[in-house]
Amino acid sequence: MSEIQLEIDGRAVRVEEGTTILAAARKLGIAIPTLCDHDGLEPYGACRLCIVEVDSGGPASRRSRVAASCVAPAEAGAVVRTRTEKLDRFRRTLLELELARAPDSPRLQELAREHGARRDHFDGDASFCIHCGLCVRYCAEVKQLHAVGFIDRGIRKEISFLPEIAGRECEACKECFPLCPTSYLQAAYVLMRSFVVPSRMK
Amino acid sequence: MTRIASPTELERIRAEVLAGRDPERPHVAVCVGTGCLATGARAVLAAFEAAIAEQGIDATVGVRGTGCHGFCERGPIVVIEPAEICYLQVKPEDVPELVRETLVEKRVVERLLYLDPRSGERVVRESDIPFYKHQKRLIFGPNRTIDPTSLEDYLAIGGFRALARALFKRTPEQVIEEVKAAGLRGRGGAGFPTGVKWGLAREAECEPGGRSSGASGASGKVVVVNCDEGDPGAYMDRSLMEGNPFCVLEGLTIGAYAIGASEGYIYVRQEYGLAVENVGRALRRLEEVGLLGDDVLGSGLSFRVKVHRGAGAFVCGEETALLLSLEGKPGEPRTRPPYPAVRGLFGRPTNINNVETWAAVPRIVSEGAAAFAAIGTAGSKGTKIFSLVGKITNTGLVEVPMGIPLREIVFEIGGGIPGGMRFKAVQTGGPSGGCIPESQLDLRVDFDELTRAGSMMGSGGLIVMDEETCMVDVARYFIEFLTDESCGKCAPCREGLRQMHRILTRITRGEGREGDLERLLELSALAKEVSLCALGGTAPNPFLSTYRYFREEYEAHVKEKRCPALACKALVRYVIDPARCTACLICMRKCPEGAIDGGKHRIHVIVQEKCTSCGTCLEVCPARFGAVRKISGVPVPPPPSEEERVIVRKKKAAAP
Repeated sequence: MSEIQLEIDGRAVRVEEGTTILAAARKLGIAIPTLCDHDGLEPYGACRLCIVEVDSGGPASRRSRVAASCVAPAEAGAVVRTRTEKLDRFRRTLLELELARAPDSPRLQELAREHGARRDHFDGDASFCIHCGLCVRYCAEVKQLHAVGFIDRGIRKEISFLPEIAGRECEACKECFPLCPTSYLQAAYVLMRSFVVPSRMK
Repeated sequence: MTRIASPTELERIRAEVLAGRDPERPHVAVCVGTGCLATGARAVLAAFEAAIAEQGIDATVGVRGTGCHGFCERGPIVVIEPAEICYLQVKPEDVPELVRETLVEKRVVERLLYLDPRSGERVVRESDIPFYKHQKRLIFGPNRTIDPTSLEDYLAIGGFRALARALFKRTPEQVIEEVKAAGLRGRGGAGFPTGVKWGLAREAECEPGGRSSGASGASGKVVVVNCDEGDPGAYMDRSLMEGNPFCVLEGLTIGAYAIGASEGYIYVRQEYGLAVENVGRALRRLEEVGLLGDDVLGSGLSFRVKVHRGAGAFVCGEETALLLSLEGKPGEPRTRPPYPAVRGLFGRPTNINNVETWAAVPRIVSEGAAAFAAIGTAGSKGTKIFSLVGKITNTGLVEVPMGIPLREIVFEIGGGIPGGMRFKAVQTGGPSGGCIPESQLDLRVDFDELTRAGSMMGSGGLIVMDEETCMVDVARYFIEFLTDESCGKCAPCREGLRQMHRILTRITRGEGREGDLERLLELSALAKEVSLCALGGTAPNPFLSTYRYFREEYEAHVKEKRCPALACKALVRYVIDPARCTACLICMRKCPEGAIDGGKHRIHVIVQEKCTSCGTCLEVCPARFGAVRKISGVPVPPPPSEEERVIVRKKKAAAP
């Protein structure tokens, strides 16, 4: 693997080819907010809070775009900006959208304070899950149990425990609980438990 | 037919097929595409077979069920060759007459011919009907002349000549150059240059050993036909797949040769039963005769194709979602790069094209790039099939050269708006396309012009709307479709669409608030730039394009609580004009809510508190009275006084 050089917020950084922009920024100590990123998991690119502006390509094909830094590979010669007026505006809207779903999440409230996101900018429609997928991916990738998964799609998409697996495995594990940025995961777990045969829970 | 082991044998067999056919022999072509089947084509076909046998002319007259002819509005369609006499909306009971008159007596049955509403004259030949006359049916044309289950029919029109030429007269690189030179761009929506896409897949290296090589255990490159046509109202891919599967498979095989693929997949919606059936049958036939499988045409090319049925998720038309679905995973788009050309199905370099794109390939190879590139505009070459639906006289599939003015499609081919209504807009490019207003009707339809107008080519849906259509409600409808069809993975699309739908719904209900339009614009900008895939990136288009061209309608809804098109139920009131009401009692009796007060000789009045705006009174009020009308944004006029409501009829008053 060869090393490449790029510029993030005016500072040059050398990273191995294939490194994500998010990892390259962290190497420089630049913090980019994220909700769905996790060190032990494959990049997912769902919450889009980690967006950056990237100018890349050769002199003839230079182009500027907004990219999710957790899934965008660092490119040689690229110029990356992590804070711009546009990005701040997008981040604020993203947080306001998620706040409509999970208004009481401490993690969201903390980010909302940093980005000036208004809690009631959009109509509340609380489901408490923000679809970061941390629980689903942790259970699949690290534990390889698939005890919790997504069901349905679009605006009806939700997480759900699979009673047949969860009833057997979860009581002893619960490693996904601290990953959840809202309280929804535990609520879903309690709901699932009420459906499975009590003896299987022991 | 035995195995065809060389191009020479292919030509020999073709010559045999043609020798057995007399072009002057009368034959009946009945469209048995899905559209005509729905209006009873199967019974019409059976009736022809029976009537021809009964007349004892079955030795001299041929009958064949063909693919979709496109003029679906007037199905079932029957064309009698060689004179090309076209009968429309044929019923089984018409058939004995048609056989006796046209096939035996050689007379045309006038009443089933197309009646040109402009000239008032009957049109005999199919290609003279205005709907067809302005079209250029290069890709879609053969549909009407061949039986999709007959390889012989396809060979008779020159089938597989292009494949033989590609395999024996061209290197893979030359084929790619030819497709590049033709200027073919992907027909599935994005319009990416097909030759460039093929080139990327050709150059891509297969990972040694492959990451995981799929159920078949095969490795190597893959080509895929995207037949996950999901746009409401669009069915050109279905019609091609049903009506000419050999052409799609020939194009796919040429692509496999050019790219170096050993395996192909056809990803087709489960709902497309006939397409699945016809392409499956075509595949088996081609394997039997050695046009697929090992050593295709004796060239050494080994290429196998499988049909995969999709479960009907709109988002699976997006190529990365389609590939994950093929792998048996949930159909959710993933970030590109890596592009499928580098890492696609099971990690193998993969090239995906839409049905119509593959179907264009044989023609490019057999006729040459220059002939293809001679049609169209600077940036968009060849022809495009559109499905013309909505408030249009001639519903159907139309194939036109790129660059044709939109006006010509709507008014010449489509025959304009029915019911004397005014044209308002045409929605192009499917749910995430945009609406184009009357002022832009002279726009020349191609990839770039549609994008410039704030819409897109998409897969080629054209939904025509008349003056009774509310553009805010149209945006709400398409956004609602997308909230259902979004995969729900990334926040700007899932949450953004959820809120956009809420806001648009409340605007159409007259509950729009200050700041709603700004919120919609903000969410649109977010979805456009920040979404993970093209579905999210284009999802705000229905709002953005209607806002761009019909802003005053949005403002009327939000500020004046008025729906200018008189379409949004919550903003419309029905009233009876006392000057026109004759107290005929019809609306009073039909009103399901009992919301009309009146009686004999007593002018009717709608009791607004009881009225649910169902519109029944307007529908049933005789046109000669025209007393019921809709109003929006203005107060309901006070009802006339009891004295004013009494109708004194002259006749009765004069009676003693």
